[in-house]
Amino acid sequence: MKFERYGIGIAKGLTVTIKHLFRHPTVSQYPEQRLNISRRFRGNELIWNQEKCTGCGTCAKTCPQGAIEIITSTDMAENKYVVEKYEADTGYCIQCGLCIESCPYEALYFSHNFECAKYRRGELVQGKEEMLETPERKVSGYFYPDKAEKLPKQTLLIEKVTEKR
Amino acid sequence: MATAGLNIYHLARLQAVSPDWPGGFWWHWLFFTVVIIGFVLTMVMGVIYIERRGMGRMQSRLGPNRTGPFGLLQPVADAVKVLLKENIVPAAADKLVHWLAPVIAFAPALMLFAVIPFENGALLADLNIGILYVIAISSVSTVGIFMAGWGSSNKYSLLGAMRNVAAIVSYEIPMVLAIVGVVLIAGSLSLNDIVVAQNVPFILLQPLGFLLFFAAGCAEINRSPFDLMEADSELVAGFHTEYSGMKFAMFYLVEYAEAVAISAIIATLFLGGWKGPILPPWLWFVVKIILVFFAMVWTRTTLPRIRIDQLMAFAWKFLFPMSLLNMFITALQVLAGWPTELVWVMIIVNIAVMAILVLVWSRFFFRLGGGRVEI
Amino acid sequence: MAVRTEPFVLNMGPVHPSTHGVFRMRVTLDGEVVVDIEPVFGYLHRGIEKLAEQRTYTGVIPLTDRLDYISSMSNNLAYCLAAEKLAGIKVPERAEYIRVIMSELQRVAALLIAVGAFLNDCGAYFTPFLYMFRERERIVDLFEMASGQRLTYNYMRVGGVSQDLPEEFMPALRKFMDMMPRFMDEYDQLLMQNEILLARAKGVGILSKEQAINCSISGPVLRASGVKWDIRQADPYSIYDRFDFDIPTQTTGDCYDRYRQRVEETRQSLRIIRQAMEQLPSGPVRAEVPHLVRPPVGEAYAHIEAPKGELGFYLVSDNSIAPYRCHIRPPSLINLTALRDMVRGWKIADLIIIFGSIDITVGEIDR
Repeated sequence: MKFERYGIGIAKGLTVTIKHLFRHPTVSQYPEQRLNISRRFRGNELIWNQEKCTGCGTCAKTCPQGAIEIITSTDMAENKYVVEKYEADTGYCIQCGLCIESCPYEALYFSHNFECAKYRRGELVQGKEEMLETPERKVSGYFYPDKAEKLPKQTLLIEKVTEKR
Repeated sequence: MATAGLNIYHLARLQAVSPDWPGGFWWHWLFFTVVIIGFVLTMVMGVIYIERRGMGRMQSRLGPNRTGPFGLLQPVADAVKVLLKENIVPAAADKLVHWLAPVIAFAPALMLFAVIPFENGALLADLNIGILYVIAISSVSTVGIFMAGWGSSNKYSLLGAMRNVAAIVSYEIPMVLAIVGVVLIAGSLSLNDIVVAQNVPFILLQPLGFLLFFAAGCAEINRSPFDLMEADSELVAGFHTEYSGMKFAMFYLVEYAEAVAISAIIATLFLGGWKGPILPPWLWFVVKIILVFFAMVWTRTTLPRIRIDQLMAFAWKFLFPMSLLNMFITALQVLAGWPTELVWVMIIVNIAVMAILVLVWSRFFFRLGGGRVEI
Repeated sequence: MAVRTEPFVLNMGPVHPSTHGVFRMRVTLDGEVVVDIEPVFGYLHRGIEKLAEQRTYTGVIPLTDRLDYISSMSNNLAYCLAAEKLAGIKVPERAEYIRVIMSELQRVAALLIAVGAFLNDCGAYFTPFLYMFRERERIVDLFEMASGQRLTYNYMRVGGVSQDLPEEFMPALRKFMDMMPRFMDEYDQLLMQNEILLARAKGVGILSKEQAINCSISGPVLRASGVKWDIRQADPYSIYDRFDFDIPTQTTGDCYDRYRQRVEETRQSLRIIRQAMEQLPSGPVRAEVPHLVRPPVGEAYAHIEAPKGELGFYLVSDNSIAPYRCHIRPPSLINLTALRDMVRGWKIADLIIIFGSIDITVGEIDR
């Protein structure tokens, strides 16, 4: 510790910290104060549009983790695939979004939820019914700009700055 | 100076509270023991809260605010949590030493308060060698810390303990020499008499002494920037790495009790102790303790840690000669006759002397050695 | 007449507050002096290079996020450049600019963490770390807006970026760019001239120019030693030849220089972002690339200037949908090779800050 500068640097540092003491803290208190997440947020669940899905299985092929399982049978009368089993293991899902981008029929979306903690590993597997869109399972705007516009605007820390500088 | 000494002697006898208040030796003993233990524990909780909240705000976050109103009960919740935790003793530990260490470290932190006056004369024992007692007792906790480092049989603990012993052995000397200046002006070793003698707070008459004592005191109780005994980024937690549960709580308590003790001593020696207008004396005392402690929190938030050889160099090459010079200059001033009517002149002279000494010494004499060692 | 004690071995890590993850060092100490160190790694090994051989060319991109997890965008960019080189894909203009903006923002964010962690290792109790995390948060907000995630962005694709920037992105970025220089000044004020930091970091852990070149060090660590080598100018990739920026260098190559180097690089990155914002064209953001890329048989190496140094991807194709071999040149691992020479003879406290000043991410070392 050479005092060639006679403690000027230390004094400068101390003024910065004492200034922060009188500034508004940057943090927000999570469960009570909720910030809006990104409109493109990649939630912890997948949402599946049963009507649009043709059962082609591109999503399952694209998934790098192999988290999507799809079993189809052929309906000869209507000349199309019937999706018998469609499961996404959100425990394996890494939320990369490749399945959503690859879906040629725009039948798969991310949900806008993030509080999806479960008590058992088995509960993490989403069955067909748990993948449908419901009011509490909102669709995220990831890869679908038209859906993003309906969601609330993201809260940005850069706009939340209350501290004076 | 004989007359001044006589004056202080008279003043000390005129204290508001009689020496054995509230009556009888044992009542006095019991009352103050209870008061000291209660005071230390509540103050520790208070300063933990202040440190965590203050540091939080300085770091642009909130700090604990969930437990109780404004998070005031956070120290209580922490204490309950840590007391309920499992007490793990390493298999290779020296069990007795490991168990005894927190107790030995804790006792002196409490004993320090025996001679610190809360009000004029309101103290457990008005020793006429009070300041000597403070110095003697405060270094006992090193034994506890070294026992913790040794008994844990952990290399981090041992390194932390070795650093602590080295630091305290070095920093005791500038600390004592910094106090000598105060003692010379006050003409007494009793803390109560020192407070009584402070018509002007000694921080103004002894600015250099205050700086030296503050730095040495911070080093003595492992506060930043001298906290390298429990440097969390180097030695995990230093000497108490292997402690858990109740024994860890004891060390945590020791850390803050010592911080309160050093703050109290600084408040007593340099800031006029319980003296102050309007408010009751004990409240002034608490306010001053908190002020000093806040300065410690502030430096802890801002400053990086120094290295062990720099710590030693700072003690022996900066603090030690400066405190010698300070003692010498103060002695000269007292010998030449302390002009009580020209006290403001003395304050200005002393601050100028401090500035010149610090600048000259750091410019021309203070050099760091050490650095890289060839292997 | 030096008193010698018996050397002993101290295990630092894998669980240690300042080994930046699960890095382990077997340190031989003589008292406080470091006699020898032996880095032990592999605690975070996930076999990313091997996993990449079983995934499609697009499917590898999420894996690259997890290499150096505090600069995912740069990893994405390096991989995508390699894959595009292999498949001969031309990237649209707008995508190139978005890539530059993203990777420079990522550099700012990663260097902020590097500086904050370094100062934290010096013992400034979390204050610089939290201040810099606050600024990183503003950048991460922007990334979240564009890509939908806050850590593993997975934003770039072979042949462009996954989706166009949302319309509220540019105003937010402009606001950030206006505020950032003031934040940077405040950090400089906080600790840049602090006497204790100067005493701790100046002259500590000197890495000489020759040694840095011999160890093939790259990135800020190399430039702090005085070598003017930056892949953005030495071998311009993407569209970096269109921007006007300086390569700051330092002289001595000690810890303090590495800290200063990072701060100055942050300012240069901001300069590049400002230019890219002005020039940003409109148009498509993704080239017409088939869903499963099948590059011709061959091999390609692409390297970029990641926040930590030269990050390279070497891909070998056998004309299938998955790379035959994917080799990664991680800057952290190679910068670490100089650690032993830098720390020998210094004290434990110096070991920590020298280690912190190299700025490693264990995810990249172990892969």
